[in-house]
Amino acid sequence: MLKEELKIKFTQLLSTIEFEEGGEWLNVYLTPAEFKSFMVQLRDDPSLEFDYLFCLTAVDWKTHFTMVYHLTSTIHRHHVVVKVKLDRNNPEIETVSGIWRTAEMLEREVYDLFGIQFLNHPDLRRLIMPDDWNGWPLRKDYEDPVNMIRL
Amino acid sequence: MVEEIGTTTEGDLVINVGPQHPATHGVLHLVLTLNGETIKKVEPHLGYIHRSIEKMCESLSYRQFIYVTSRMDYLSSHINNHACALCVEKGLQVEVPQRAQYIRVIMDELTRIASHELWWGAMAMDLGAFTPFFHAFRERETITDIMEKTCGARLTMNYMVPGGVMVDLHPDFQKEVKSFIQLYKSKFEEYNELVTGNIIFQNRMKTIGFISYQDAISYGCSGPVARASGVHCDIRKLYPYDIYDKVEFDEITETAGDSYARYIVRLKEMQQSIRIVEQLIDQIPEGDFQAKTKAVLKLPKGEFYQRVETARGELGVYIVSEGATTPYRIKFRSPGFSNLSALEHMVKGLKIGDLVAAMGTLDLVIPDIDR
Amino acid sequence: MFSLEGLTQLIHKWLNSHLSPSLALLTEFVLVGIAAIALFALLGLSLVWMERKVAAVMQIRLGPNRLGPKGIFQTSADTLKLILKEGLVPDGADKLLFNLAPLVVMIVAMLILAPIAFAKNLQIWDINIGVLYLSAISSLSVIGIFMAGWASNNKYSLLGAMRSGAQIVSYELSAGLSVLSIVVMTGSLSIKQIVLSQENGWWIFKAHIPALIAFVIFIIAVTAETNRAPFDLAEAESELTAGFHTEYSGMRFALFFLAEYINIFIVCAIGATLFFGGWMPLHIGHWQAFNHIMDYIPSSIWFLGKTLGLIFLIMWFRWTFPRLRIDQLLNLEWKYLLPISMFNLLLMTLVAINGWHF
Repeated sequence: MLKEELKIKFTQLLSTIEFEEGGEWLNVYLTPAEFKSFMVQLRDDPSLEFDYLFCLTAVDWKTHFTMVYHLTSTIHRHHVVVKVKLDRNNPEIETVSGIWRTAEMLEREVYDLFGIQFLNHPDLRRLIMPDDWNGWPLRKDYEDPVNMIRL
Repeated sequence: MVEEIGTTTEGDLVINVGPQHPATHGVLHLVLTLNGETIKKVEPHLGYIHRSIEKMCESLSYRQFIYVTSRMDYLSSHINNHACALCVEKGLQVEVPQRAQYIRVIMDELTRIASHELWWGAMAMDLGAFTPFFHAFRERETITDIMEKTCGARLTMNYMVPGGVMVDLHPDFQKEVKSFIQLYKSKFEEYNELVTGNIIFQNRMKTIGFISYQDAISYGCSGPVARASGVHCDIRKLYPYDIYDKVEFDEITETAGDSYARYIVRLKEMQQSIRIVEQLIDQIPEGDFQAKTKAVLKLPKGEFYQRVETARGELGVYIVSEGATTPYRIKFRSPGFSNLSALEHMVKGLKIGDLVAAMGTLDLVIPDIDR
Repeated sequence: MFSLEGLTQLIHKWLNSHLSPSLALLTEFVLVGIAAIALFALLGLSLVWMERKVAAVMQIRLGPNRLGPKGIFQTSADTLKLILKEGLVPDGADKLLFNLAPLVVMIVAMLILAPIAFAKNLQIWDINIGVLYLSAISSLSVIGIFMAGWASNNKYSLLGAMRSGAQIVSYELSAGLSVLSIVVMTGSLSIKQIVLSQENGWWIFKAHIPALIAFVIFIIAVTAETNRAPFDLAEAESELTAGFHTEYSGMRFALFFLAEYINIFIVCAIGATLFFGGWMPLHIGHWQAFNHIMDYIPSSIWFLGKTLGLIFLIMWFRWTFPRLRIDQLLNLEWKYLLPISMFNLLLMTLVAINGWHF
């Protein structure tokens, strides 16, 4: 489906959805509350069938976090980018590892580097950093005088 | 639905495979829970070669960060650089000259062949056949020698820059590549005779490490791992970049989804790569090898995503830019990361020997996973 | 014709003329012991060198070529290094068993040298149940392997020892049955008799089809018994690091290492004796002239040539084939090799009774 058609379909599924203009693919903004049910519909709806989650990451915008999910469909070959704004002091969001199995390890990585809590994740613990590391390295306010060298 | 994580029961053996181990290609630490010889749980512990490339790139300029990326998946370093260069060009809306595009694709395919050669040799060695390793490295040496003359390096070649390639080809390049093509075609039969047709080898690879079509998509597998289960996911065909839409080659898929299918997919991909190189080597147009770009690059505010097909699968470069000279956030979607997440699913219930066979066919390069 | 039996007779006469009979016997014991140990060491060194050179040729490279002409002193240098290395005993290892294991394997290897006929009349002990003795003593090496695996206090070693034990015990059956089929033809268990019975031709030619089948099964079985590729799971480098001898270093490791190569020599010697005539030159029936010419080559050269040929075959296997998984290996033995070798024994008996051999 083309961008316009996707826009119409999404507004049908969720009337409070917001779109972002510009960008190669359709960018969609959701709130954490409506997030999980929308993602399930993305995968299950026969005209959408977004079965391939190929990128899951987070961006630290200093005032808030944004979770970014890049999805595509191997059947219809359309793309969508789902973004969710999270509160910086208490970043929490539902896990999608039940919908796409690849999210298990990807979410662990985001938790490890940003400190975002994924609710109902089967095994949320540090992945890349040592198990007893303090702090969330990829945050913009992360200071580490020992390991970081500022140019 | 989410699986319940098994708990260790009385009589289970928990052993560590790695991080220093002859079979894990790099520093991968797997914690295996065994019941006798049967695997009950595989848990990868990553991070032994985590160099925080993503954080580093936030303080490097758009010309500088490409050098760091060759070290991610060092076996397809050209392709990594290509991906970053393409993403930056997407942001700058720069048109790459034809000559540079041809050179890039030829270098990419030669890198793919070299990477698959090393995979083949290392995998045969894991299974106990020591001789194919030397055959594989003989071919790989020829390729790295060719690359060394043009790019100046044998492993981490920082050759592709935003706008094109860094320097023009060496005058001997075409001649050497042509003689390599002749040599390679005769060697291919050797590989099939030595390893593929061997009954011991086939017994160790067939029906081992099965992953179905649905699971391959759900686990985010890409590259030969997914194609062996029947998923059509070759980025070169679906979303072609540079001149891949003008070249004739087949997308190799198998349906069996086991280790043997992954093996055959990679072998046939080597053949397709040499076919691409053969088509292009005589057609390199004259012209600029690099588009004119400013000395200091600034991407406009926005987000840019570029997907390429490395030897391992789909590499994604996601740049979030705030209009400065350095990226605000870079994310590298690494193919090995998602392929590794499928490992436990593949080997549950099999024996340790099968773990080695399945892991070999996943073709993991750990720096790619840890970044 | 140069023959080693002249030498042994000479020494025997000299000793008996100068010393009392019992003292002469004692001296002979000591001399034989020293000779056995020297043979052991020499064989170990040359076989390791041979393996490295054969591997190099098959992998299109050179192999050791710096120490001595063609690198023949490489293994001596390696042995010297191993002697000088620190022999670590891991914490928590069972000290007695840990130290005893390599010795057990070594002693077994040396004991098996006794009935092998190296040349005409050059045999340490011609026991009348030679073949049975060989089978029995070679079974004892499993004990050494288990001891090594258990005493190392290491899960990898234990796994390797278990695998190895299962493998050796299974393949002994096939090897034994193949050996038995030749014994059926000769009618005697004594090694000397078996070699002498091949005076008019080697068994592999005389007892055509069943002997060929027996030989093939024998080669596969002994490759598995000595833990050589493609059956080298016990020390599968890329799976279990080094299996049951992971924790061994220094001289203890050297003993395991040497014992492995001596075992290869011994099983190839047995194969050469049973199927290819041992020290018996190639005779064809009663062609006097041909046989006479063949006799000019000394018997020790015949024996060495045949054994080295079989050793080369086993080394060839190692560098060509990938490894079998443990269940595939045991499958091969119990479902394929054992039935075939039992059937072959029947066939050989039929051939022997009806005289369908040359």
